[in-house]
Amino acid sequence: MPADLPSSLTIRLTVNGADLEVAVDPRRSLLDLLRENLELTGTKKGCDHGQCGACTVHVDGERRLSCLQFAAQMQGRSVTTIEGVSGPGNDLHPLQKAFIRHDAMQCGFCTPGQIMSALAVVREGCPTDTTELREMLSGNICRCGAYENILKAVQEVAGDLR
Amino acid sequence: MTSVEWLFPANVEEAVGALAEQGNRAVAGGTTVFDLLKLGHPLPRRFVDISRLPLGRIVETPGSLTIGALCSNTSVANSPVVRLAFPAIPQAILSGASQQIRNAASVGGNIMQATRCPYFRTTSWPCNRRSPGSGCEALSAPTHAHAILGTSKHCIAVHPSDMVVALAALDATVLARTPDGDLTIPITDFYTEPDGAWDQGTMLPSKALITAVKVPHTDASRRSGYLKLRTRASYEFAMVSVAAALSFRSGKVEAASIALGGVGTRPWRRKEAERLLVGEKLDQGPIDSFCDALLDGADLRPETEHKLALSRRAVHRVLRALADQ
Repeated sequence: MPADLPSSLTIRLTVNGADLEVAVDPRRSLLDLLRENLELTGTKKGCDHGQCGACTVHVDGERRLSCLQFAAQMQGRSVTTIEGVSGPGNDLHPLQKAFIRHDAMQCGFCTPGQIMSALAVVREGCPTDTTELREMLSGNICRCGAYENILKAVQEVAGDLR
Repeated sequence: MTSVEWLFPANVEEAVGALAEQGNRAVAGGTTVFDLLKLGHPLPRRFVDISRLPLGRIVETPGSLTIGALCSNTSVANSPVVRLAFPAIPQAILSGASQQIRNAASVGGNIMQATRCPYFRTTSWPCNRRSPGSGCEALSAPTHAHAILGTSKHCIAVHPSDMVVALAALDATVLARTPDGDLTIPITDFYTEPDGAWDQGTMLPSKALITAVKVPHTDASRRSGYLKLRTRASYEFAMVSVAAALSFRSGKVEAASIALGGVGTRPWRRKEAERLLVGEKLDQGPIDSFCDALLDGADLRPETEHKLALSRRAVHRVLRALADQ
């Protein structure tokens, strides 16, 4: 590595409500920052290329793919991960409970991304039409094929969360 | 990957100054840049974070709309004025990528996005676009997704954007800033066909920063639409797409502009073909003649020849649907 290049840069950001200052490699993704630096392993690394949605988190309230976000650009941003969605006393979020009720997973690897994506869909104005909802969630792949039950879980709680 | 330095310019002037230095590269949403980096594409010397520059507004001006280069794809698709005056743009944007990516990706980044040709993406293959002069693996092993128009012996990679196809049909102009001043490039002249010498395939000078895209507001832009055909129902690049804008007078075509995506090395538009529609009723015959002229000289391979019939049928469907509006 050339001597004039820094091996890390320091950024301040908020993760699940906590203000943090962290030194990161300038090439690091937000996903690796969360998983490796902050040990928040709920966010999953599937394809690492923006094709599967498993790494979905919220940045300033919007859903984003953390694998395609440079950590270096996160200065001042507020990030919410699956670890940050539970209620008081670590009670599961109503959508998490609905996923369990509807058996909306098999292996569960895509589930954190599905839930973060669906929570954003509710905020974006969850469509009541199932075809439209499928389109809004199409960036989250489930290789077990639990889509039908994921849709049921989201539709059941969307009205209450709106 | 070796390491990289980040610059965080405070304003557009600082950013343009930073980008004028050799080896520096702009990053906004990062969705293309980071993806390619992980595939082994080279790091620049420095990344210039342009994501916080004040280029994120949509401004109505008499007769046109100016969309800032750092508007997210989502914010453009959700803009009431864009939806009303240029329906092809949100239809195109929302047919591409996923909401997560559209939230991060900028308008300027969409314009500059790299081809999805697998031989370009994977650095172990020769590719004249990634490494001029190294050869084109796609010519010996094309896929069903490669181009049939604007091809050459150097490259048959498809331009991947949906939004830009709509912008091409709407006669948009790219606005950019360089250390030597501002420049404007019509989007229909923005992309170059592969001549073996280029890498990024655009007319944008290497030191320029795209600041906005300007779209003229016309009767035809209000009657515009986008159709995308692909190998799965969502979250997939186009096999064939069509953007069209039409206006009529006394039941006959007054103005027609039509661009194709998924088939060309650039968004595919031929203005001389569109003249065949002007003054005609929008029946099968004139549309067929238009398709003949638009697709003339298509470079077909067994893997890609389906795109010819698909393009014709998609054009028919879009034009008839707009005529019935």
